[in-house]
Amino acid sequence: MAMIAEAQAVEQAPDRAGALGVFRRSDASFYWLTRLAALTVLALLGGIIVSLVIGAWPALTTFGLDFLTTQRWAPQLDTPVMGALGPIYGTLVTSFVAMLIAVPVGVGIAIFLTELCPIPLRKPFALAIELLAGIPSIIYGMWGFFVLGPFLVETVQPAMIAAFGGLPIVGAIFAGPASQLSLFNAALILAIMILPFITAISRDVFATVPPVLKEAAYGVGCTTWEVVRNVVIPYTRVGVVGGVMLALGRALGETMAVTFIIGNSFKITGSIFSPGTTISAAIASEFAESSGLHQSGLILLGLLLFVLTFAVLAAARLMLRRLELKQGR
Amino acid sequence: MMKTMIRTGALAIAGAGFAVAALAADLTGAGATFPYPIYSKWADAYKKETGVGLNYQSIGSGAGIKQIQSKTVVFGATDAPLKADQLDKDGLVQWPMVMGAIVPVVNLDGVKPGELTLDGATLADIYLGKVTKWDAPAIAKLNPAVKLPAADIAVVRRSDGSGTTFNFTDYLAKVSPDWQSKVGAGTAVEWPVGVGAKGNEGVAGNVAQTKNAIGYVEYAYAKQNNLTHAALVNAAGKTVQPTMAAFQAAAANADWAKAPGYRVILTNQPGEASWPITAATFILMHKKPADKAAAAEALKFFAWSFEKGGKMAEELDYIPMPASVVTLVKATWDKDIASK
Repeated sequence: MAMIAEAQAVEQAPDRAGALGVFRRSDASFYWLTRLAALTVLALLGGIIVSLVIGAWPALTTFGLDFLTTQRWAPQLDTPVMGALGPIYGTLVTSFVAMLIAVPVGVGIAIFLTELCPIPLRKPFALAIELLAGIPSIIYGMWGFFVLGPFLVETVQPAMIAAFGGLPIVGAIFAGPASQLSLFNAALILAIMILPFITAISRDVFATVPPVLKEAAYGVGCTTWEVVRNVVIPYTRVGVVGGVMLALGRALGETMAVTFIIGNSFKITGSIFSPGTTISAAIASEFAESSGLHQSGLILLGLLLFVLTFAVLAAARLMLRRLELKQGR
Repeated sequence: MMKTMIRTGALAIAGAGFAVAALAADLTGAGATFPYPIYSKWADAYKKETGVGLNYQSIGSGAGIKQIQSKTVVFGATDAPLKADQLDKDGLVQWPMVMGAIVPVVNLDGVKPGELTLDGATLADIYLGKVTKWDAPAIAKLNPAVKLPAADIAVVRRSDGSGTTFNFTDYLAKVSPDWQSKVGAGTAVEWPVGVGAKGNEGVAGNVAQTKNAIGYVEYAYAKQNNLTHAALVNAAGKTVQPTMAAFQAAAANADWAKAPGYRVILTNQPGEASWPITAATFILMHKKPADKAAAAEALKFFAWSFEKGGKMAEELDYIPMPASVVTLVKATWDKDIASK
């Protein structure tokens, strides 16, 4: 018996080395496969940047920095004039207003879902919010065009114009007339579209707050509001900001829904009830029938959006790092 | 499990391969979106008769021109015709395939289709932002019998580049020196006023929803959406309604034979019955096609469409080319396209 076992052990010895070799090789190949996957993404990103720059080059050399400061968009002229100020303004304004609406509402929903909502209702509520994220943007566009737009023109916009239009300084922002296709409507649709991102992420990070912290706060007599303000939000700030930035990224780049309802006008009037355009809406509208310098100008717009989004994400990273430093983590 | 999946996958790939092979026998074309409904209707009927299908990508005139230049398709289609020197440079032949008409549409309480009359100069002034009220003297003078509201005109125009815009702005440029100098004609122009909506359907939807709005759409969209179209004063000074007869009159009065590459823009044509904003849409093919058999098949399809497609075109509110023009075009094919 013992001899047989010994013989088996001897026979197994080289096997073990072989098996280890297999592990090593599979480890190495796994390492290279994952590294390849990561490098592919980098190569794609680089390729996109390079092709954008190549496509935008004629416009870049023709217009230079004037592209950023010109409001006029007249690609059909013999000497075309193209400026990105209108689209940049529209992109920033719609995203800003959308965030102004969506962040408090989205975080509010998340607080309700994690702290206040009766447990049996939490799942259905959360599901409903997440379903919002699954609706294709063209549906939002059509809904905004056929349902929300007419509603806003008859109710919300006139009320806002009446309330704020007469005030000094801010009056210009709320100047009439009401319009079915406007920056305001586009921002509102954007707010609805990005709401699920903010809510879903905030809810997930709120759920990570250790119950013991909250219970301690409740134990010393805190109200729900005080617990949320002084325990939940500070504990999860980084995660919430991350969700907000993700939503902002989506708002900046959203195309189809915005193209439907923003009015596609390159003029800047200063009023949020006037039609405008965004970078992505301008590209979506004009790319198919463009050629030559016009197309190059549109690609340059795309490059600008790329830079803009990158800048926003970089700023978010920086903000997060400073928050983390402040918290001493 | 894995094996079944692989097998299904292999089958699917094989299936896709067959599908590609089947498509390869089809005619390929790309370009203008405006004639897409009639091209696909013709293609359906043609396939039933001959078994030869058409794969037409309605990706826009500009993109269609690019595709035919790079020879990825057998024919390109464009709403804005190329100039003769451009055709020569790329070795292309161009001819008109079918026509359409563009009508101004309005949304005014109590105004029925055809009741409102506009002339070119007034239309241009509205789109320039010089006439801003519906009861402005310029409009009131043309419409003594119509009760016009004292409301702002909500101007609606296309936001995307389009052949519709090209023909509309071309008309405005012809009738208004002011428009010519300030805006000009093009598939996408620098609009002084108004909101932009995407596609004919976008403009139609917008005008239908907005009180006191004015827009311009292909005739078919005005008809199908029951929009209130306006009558126009034509080059001869006569007020005309958008009817098939008026569109055909515009085409018949055009001088096709003398225009190189049939580059006739049918706006503001002479003739008492002519509708002023009529437009042809064009086909582009190479003089020396790389694939002669495919080019010959394409020409067969176009000849069939000219012969038997007229009624189908009228059903979709397009205007068939007059017989005289078809004869000219066929002579051009024989002369210029080396398909044999």
